[in-house]
Amino acid sequence: MSQPQPRFDLTKIRADFPILSQTINRHPLVYLDNAASTQKPKPVIDAIRKVYEEDYSNVHRGVHTLSQRCTDLFESAREKVQTFLNAKHGHEIIFVRGTTEAINLVAQTYGRKNVGPGDEILITAMEHHSNIVPWQMLCEAAGAVLKVAPISGTGELLLDGFAALLSERTRLVSVTHMSNALGTINPVEQIIAMAHARGIPVLLDGAQSAPHMTVDVQALDCDFYAFSGHKLYGPSGIGVLYGKESLLKAMPAWQGGGDMIRRVTFEKTEYNELPYKFEAGTPNIADTIALGAAIDYVNAIGVDAIAEHEHHLLAYATERALQIPELTLIGTAPHKGAILSFTLDHIHPHDIGTLLDQLGIAIRAGHHCAMPVMDFFEVPATARASFGLYNTCEEVDVLMDGIRQVIKMFG
Amino acid sequence: MLDQIRDLYQEVVFDHNRNPRNFRVMEDANRKIEGFNPLCGDRITLYAKVIDGLIEDVSFQGSGCAISTASASLMTEIVKGQTEQEAEQLFELFHRITTGKNGDEVNLEALGKLAVLAGVRAYPARVKCATLAWHSLQSALKNDGETVSTE
Repeated sequence: MSQPQPRFDLTKIRADFPILSQTINRHPLVYLDNAASTQKPKPVIDAIRKVYEEDYSNVHRGVHTLSQRCTDLFESAREKVQTFLNAKHGHEIIFVRGTTEAINLVAQTYGRKNVGPGDEILITAMEHHSNIVPWQMLCEAAGAVLKVAPISGTGELLLDGFAALLSERTRLVSVTHMSNALGTINPVEQIIAMAHARGIPVLLDGAQSAPHMTVDVQALDCDFYAFSGHKLYGPSGIGVLYGKESLLKAMPAWQGGGDMIRRVTFEKTEYNELPYKFEAGTPNIADTIALGAAIDYVNAIGVDAIAEHEHHLLAYATERALQIPELTLIGTAPHKGAILSFTLDHIHPHDIGTLLDQLGIAIRAGHHCAMPVMDFFEVPATARASFGLYNTCEEVDVLMDGIRQVIKMFG
Repeated sequence: MLDQIRDLYQEVVFDHNRNPRNFRVMEDANRKIEGFNPLCGDRITLYAKVIDGLIEDVSFQGSGCAISTASASLMTEIVKGQTEQEAEQLFELFHRITTGKNGDEVNLEALGKLAVLAGVRAYPARVKCATLAWHSLQSALKNDGETVSTE
């Protein structure tokens, strides 16, 4: 198979990521655990350093110069996220710790207000634990029921089964845009249309999709969208909840504290306007600004160019993997992101992970925080190679050679 | 290229992984416990027949990685016929050696066959694989009858 060249200079891009140029166990690092977290380019690392060396202060408070400068940087990161997602308003962008916190925020505010006994929340059988457990907690507290739409043997959502579970009691649909364990990209346009036809809002878990495809929340017409900075070449500990203005306005506040109030007396508190209503306390200032730098970095390369490159990597890796008779792919949906989940006959994924690490290859081995997905495919775990913008076809070759060595060692 | 890791993945480990000993359901067990490693999804069911403080028989079922399967297999071979107290002491020694630091002085001889797993201490992420069966045994001997987890 020919190896199409990406639209960007891969050698130059790789040089932007200082961590990639090291050896692990005397082999050049081959980092294929991008679905868990991505590495950081110099502009992101520099942005964090610059904030602390030149611009740091608390935000939204002081009248002094540094406070104003830091607030401007912080709020310009919000504008960058707004543009990145094509949200209508900047105040529809809420900064949180990550996708997990974003989903919990919706469950604890929108959910608590709108979900009662006998009501239903609809998710799918391919969700990450972070899009299961917050809803279970809400359902338990509210006396509501969690419904799970079925998937096929290839790891695709069964749309008929999904439609059959939409009911007059469904209060919210929460689905992953792209599965972290399988790579499946869900037909979210159809899901949203079906839910909206019944007046049901839809939350998209974008932890995996934000780094790998262009996301336009207005075109999608999703009601909530959540993603994490650390999977988008940004820092850990910062993420985003997008919500439609009308929904966010109607939602009760979540955590109480500073910044989220307008006026406090001991009798009553008036809450601040959006987005501050949901951002109690001093935020993660430096990492928010660095998330803005990560978005600039990704935009400069082009999300479409990144998606195209990763698609080639996945196609090449899939073709090479299928040549290994002992290898079984888990997740073979036709519409997939750059995730290759697999098992090897009679070799546990943990052994694969430890042995590949000896060759400098970093993959994930385990249940990927998606135990129900593992149960569905009747495997205790899978090995998962996931690709990012800096990976190369040569690295796919190293992985495949490593897999063959592992198979040989186990005899 | 993978030769460097032979300190952990020794031939004995492969042998026990391919042909685990005492890998069976025990119908007349008087102790049974489910062990679980939430990190990797490994599950083990441990059976034991303990009479008057003596482990007369011990067996296991389940799915796990090579390290956890080999460790369970070796454990059943060794503790069968031991007193509960002897098994407990051996676990303590095994636990100390697998969780110890590389430079620590260890008496591998006292471990007997189990010494092949001592190499796991160089791979902290895998120590729980090696100790899952032992935690399960300890729990079974205490007869607290609950699921044990390595977390």
